[in-house]
Amino acid sequence: MADTLLQVQGLTRRFDVSKPWLNRVLERSERQFLTATADVSFDIRRGETFALVGESGSGKSTIAKMIVGLLEPSAGKIVFDGQQMDFQSGAAMRALRRRFQMIFQDPFASLNPRWHVGDIIAEPIRTFGLMRGAAVMKEVARLLDVVGLSATDAAKFPHEFSGGQRQRIAIARALSSRPEFIVCDEPTSALDVSVQAQILNLMRDLQDEFGLTYLLISHDLSVVRHMSNRIGVLYLGRLVEVADGKKLFTEPQHPYSRMLLDAVPDLELSGRRRRQVEGEIPNPISPPPGCAFHPRCPLAFDRCKLELPQPMPTPGGNAACFALGKPG
Amino acid sequence: MAEPLLSVRDLIVEFPTRRGTLRAIDRVSFDLKEGEVLGMVGESGAGKSITGAAIIGLIEPPGRIAGGEIWLRGERIDNLPMEKLRRIRGKRIGMVFQDPLTSLNPLYTVADQLIETIRTHLPISEKEARQRAVALLDRVGIPAAARRIDDYPHHFSGGMRQRVVIALALCAEPELVIADEPTTALDVSVQAQIIDVLKEICAERGAAVMLITHDMGVIAETADRVAVLYAGRLAEIGPVRDVIKQAEHPYTAGLMGSIPTLTQTSDRLVQIPGSMPRLNAIPQGCAFNPRCTRVFNRCRVERPDPIDRGDGRQVACWLHDPAEVRNG
Repeated sequence: MADTLLQVQGLTRRFDVSKPWLNRVLERSERQFLTATADVSFDIRRGETFALVGESGSGKSTIAKMIVGLLEPSAGKIVFDGQQMDFQSGAAMRALRRRFQMIFQDPFASLNPRWHVGDIIAEPIRTFGLMRGAAVMKEVARLLDVVGLSATDAAKFPHEFSGGQRQRIAIARALSSRPEFIVCDEPTSALDVSVQAQILNLMRDLQDEFGLTYLLISHDLSVVRHMSNRIGVLYLGRLVEVADGKKLFTEPQHPYSRMLLDAVPDLELSGRRRRQVEGEIPNPISPPPGCAFHPRCPLAFDRCKLELPQPMPTPGGNAACFALGKPG
Repeated sequence: MAEPLLSVRDLIVEFPTRRGTLRAIDRVSFDLKEGEVLGMVGESGAGKSITGAAIIGLIEPPGRIAGGEIWLRGERIDNLPMEKLRRIRGKRIGMVFQDPLTSLNPLYTVADQLIETIRTHLPISEKEARQRAVALLDRVGIPAAARRIDDYPHHFSGGMRQRVVIALALCAEPELVIADEPTTALDVSVQAQIIDVLKEICAERGAAVMLITHDMGVIAETADRVAVLYAGRLAEIGPVRDVIKQAEHPYTAGLMGSIPTLTQTSDRLVQIPGSMPRLNAIPQGCAFNPRCTRVFNRCRVERPDPIDRGDGRQVACWLHDPAEVRNG
């Protein structure tokens, strides 16, 4: 059994989306909560790539933000390398923060346009006091080289670079504090396919070179299949299935995973006929009772409308579905 | 041979700027037969959307069509006065845009917008127009269409809104529908539904479709033929199956290899080095030559025009010039 780097247990986050106090009083409306993630548990082993997939609004980015400490969970705990994250203690969080970094979706928004690229990459080194003086810029030059840019680029501004190059800068910045774990939130969805291929290849090379562990968040199943060892499928804030990378694609267990796979356009022209999926993701403020997927599920039966299914072991991991345990 | 529905000949679109004129489309030619679905792919900045906008005369000034001709069923439409063009737009050519929220007016109900469009183009009474609108909404798959027609756009979800936009594009029975990234803003499960609706309805009414997208998967499933654009020039055009299975242009081949698929087995994606040139720095000769792995001297000097291979495919690459093939 490989050792666990990150463990997430019962992670829940609610957002208060109530109207202002005066409106509530006048209109006699109740407080409203949006549950972005509910009771999510998984662990990530050292050196692997764990992916979270789901459609928009399924809670992927909320989980990422809680793991890197940008959002405090409403319930549940996050254990990083045996140490539980304590959101109340600034010093403890700061010590942990050096060890994980994040790469964001939009390289146009995640780099400060008024800073030189060199300063952007050097910021984590200076903040964590890892190096001083001339050594910092030497390290920046090395990092730029590692991600396929040149040392002279440190004096330029972000607007002088294309989208793919900016994402390389963001990766260099993430690497600069020598992290063990990187959360990649849709790292390539703002990029064209040919540039996406360059970035995905780079991410794999860096993983081999530095022994990194990735949490990859994406809505693109083919990217996820290409990159990950294990995959978690999210639907309306709940983890419906966790499976080994290849197993999910050959034997999806949960009906929602199957549906997502069917929906991927077929580039091989194998003549595979897609099964039509009815409906869209319901409003997360008032999710359906029981299993949240039951209104769209072809296998739904009475129990799905009443009870919430718990994860059950499957050949490649676990899945939360009553139809799995049902004979016939 | 039957006359093509749409014929674009040597189209040139230019944008004058302070630093000189940028050529966004450079001598692009293609035909569209009746009832055919033509896919247009390329990375961002390749000129896909500009080609669509040029056909319906929606190039934003100071951009202009600087050369070439556009023929719709034997009638030249690129030099028509505004008033005449307006009668073609919507009536004979329908348009579906990427973002369904901005292509609908938020201040009018769906009924208002559909009835207005129908009555602008067809001489029928308001009551008939309403009946027609309801039938159309029903056809694009909006449940309880007779009731929902009086809702405002914000009452609909993203997928439902895009269905309304499709109904709007089709309500005057156009001969050609230009769909510019119709599914890019949607989740995969909904994307499949929208593509099916668009394809079915256009086939039912005999309307030809020009499908502009960066998603090769969508093209593979939907289009009859595909045109690949690079830096404002046509790289390759041909039947979708042939182009995907056996790309002839090195750019197309690289593009296909860089897309991760659900069935691939190799560990690394093919990557094209570099990125597409900016419009003010298009290299001499073939625009792709600095990134091409099979480049030779002629490519750096002379620009290749599409070479007709006689099997319905055209490739703009010197490797396919009969003279070069003979010389080995």
